[in-house]
Amino acid sequence: MKEIEELFLPDNVRYAETHEWARDDDGNVTVGINDYAQDQLGDIVFVELPEVGATLDKGEEFGTLESVKAVSEIYMPVSGEITAINEALEEAPELVNQEPYNRGWIIEVKPDDPDEINTLMDNNEYIETLKGDE
Amino acid sequence: MKEPQGTSGLILNEPLLWEKGKKGRCGFSMPRRDVVPSPLDEGLTGDGPDFPDLSEVDVVRHYTRLSQWNFGVDTGMYPLGSCTMKYNPKINEREASLPGFAGAHPLLPPDLSQGALELMYRLEQYLAEITGMDAVTLQPAAGAHGELTGMLLIHAYHKSRGSHRLKIIVPDTAHGTNPASAALCGFHPVAVKSGEDGIIPAEAITAIMDEDTAGIMITNPNTLGLFEENIREIAEVVHSKGGLVYGDGANMNAVMGIVQMGKIGFDVMHLNLHKTFSTPHGGGGPGSGPVCVKDILEPFLPVPRVIKKGDEYLLSGDFPESIGKLQAFYGNFGVMIKACSYIMSMGSEGLKRASQLAVLNANYIKEHLKDSLYLPYDRACMHECVFSDRLQEAEKITTLDMAKRLMDYGFHPPTIYFPLVVHGAMMIEPTETESKEDIDRFIEALKSIVAEAGKDPDLLRRAPTRPKVRRLDETAAARKPRLTG
Repeated sequence: MKEIEELFLPDNVRYAETHEWARDDDGNVTVGINDYAQDQLGDIVFVELPEVGATLDKGEEFGTLESVKAVSEIYMPVSGEITAINEALEEAPELVNQEPYNRGWIIEVKPDDPDEINTLMDNNEYIETLKGDE
Repeated sequence: MKEPQGTSGLILNEPLLWEKGKKGRCGFSMPRRDVVPSPLDEGLTGDGPDFPDLSEVDVVRHYTRLSQWNFGVDTGMYPLGSCTMKYNPKINEREASLPGFAGAHPLLPPDLSQGALELMYRLEQYLAEITGMDAVTLQPAAGAHGELTGMLLIHAYHKSRGSHRLKIIVPDTAHGTNPASAALCGFHPVAVKSGEDGIIPAEAITAIMDEDTAGIMITNPNTLGLFEENIREIAEVVHSKGGLVYGDGANMNAVMGIVQMGKIGFDVMHLNLHKTFSTPHGGGGPGSGPVCVKDILEPFLPVPRVIKKGDEYLLSGDFPESIGKLQAFYGNFGVMIKACSYIMSMGSEGLKRASQLAVLNANYIKEHLKDSLYLPYDRACMHECVFSDRLQEAEKITTLDMAKRLMDYGFHPPTIYFPLVVHGAMMIEPTETESKEDIDRFIEALKSIVAEAGKDPDLLRRAPTRPKVRRLDETAAARKPRLTG
């Protein structure tokens, strides 16, 4: 597994404590899991995606990731309506491991409050929480 | 490495039967025809299925060789945490093969099945005594089926009182099947975190228990192998709000004859006969998950129930509040015979001694390995102990690598990556049936693996090297499963 220094935690996304990332893409929020989460989970073999159109609150479970080690829940980093899901993950769950911030995105959300994303952590704040976990 | 026991020898390759057969070879002689030939309807004729032609010795060697690739409790120590892979005494098999039992049929009327019904009746009484509960159903086919039965009973109880409760509390140290069983019954499982010492603080339950909560599902001892010391207080909190306490008895092997679950607040619990009561499981199954209840839940037990009228045993469906039938017949009867045989041959003192030794063995392993492997909860454990790979992180050796290497030493690996509350968990349950010498060999094996991790970590990453197959590609198997030959 990677050391903290080896993790790729870009500064153009925001981070949730539960290891999801969220990126503001012209008003919509794209969500995935970050490099730390994918590295900890190991090879992901199945992604359970939500229905498009579902409305969920921040912190609610929107899907699950199944790796060779365990099944983990993934949580909404912001409240809103799910406007798109990454259907490519059904055939190629490994994208979450290979490109967590690009082709491994999981859902797109129309946020109830466009400013809520700013309450999430930036990469430096997130790294500090990881150090606390050590 | 010194040659460990049971790790080297001839591993015989064996092809598929289809590759072994030869047209015309046959394992039996057809008797002479003594009736007039009668042609079949055309729709029934044609080529048969593609079965290979084999002789008797072809078939016997084939399956004998395949059986030698297996590893079971009859082969060696199988310390799979939470599974209680204790030795299955052969006397159980002998009792189950008695002609009266082996030839019994579930459709025979009760007056021709008195022995079978008496066995069920007595087994229910034994299990009620062992758990300190009032009544028992033997119907559930395995542990999770027992959990579902328990949930149905809790639902029926609330319904009979005109209340409709939606939530069930499930701590993070419960078995993974618990929230699934609650959800399958239509409840909404609510997770609660265990405390820093690995057990549930009563305050955590007080904080979330309300009149909309049907009850709690609690595994005790929990999946960290720790006894839930606040169980009485937790049960009081749940009861005071009108809820019920479900106990997952999968870890009963730690407390037989020591804790009366009925007295510490459980209203309903299941047992795994295939774990605690020494009947084969895994590939050797099937399982059996009897559910034991307090008298408040007895009216709801599944039917038919075995009852005794005078000297006669009967099956009765006359329980109007029952949740109904859970099985085509009455449960996995063969398993019941074996469990009953175990209980009767051990006796009450023997069962208590088994639990004491199971706990002693786990603590012995914990103390001997805690300098080599990281022990997240350093306190007296019950029948299993949980380590992690934290001390091996520097070498980038994982729990999986160590578990795989253990096979090269002739042991079945322990449970890994469970419970989820411990990162990189390795959960070891030796059970009472291993001798001190065998446990010492196991401890030595893990110690040398830890030493190898420091000196030659690649040795572990390549492991196992001695079994029939090397390390399997679990990722490819899960992502692109091939389910045919």
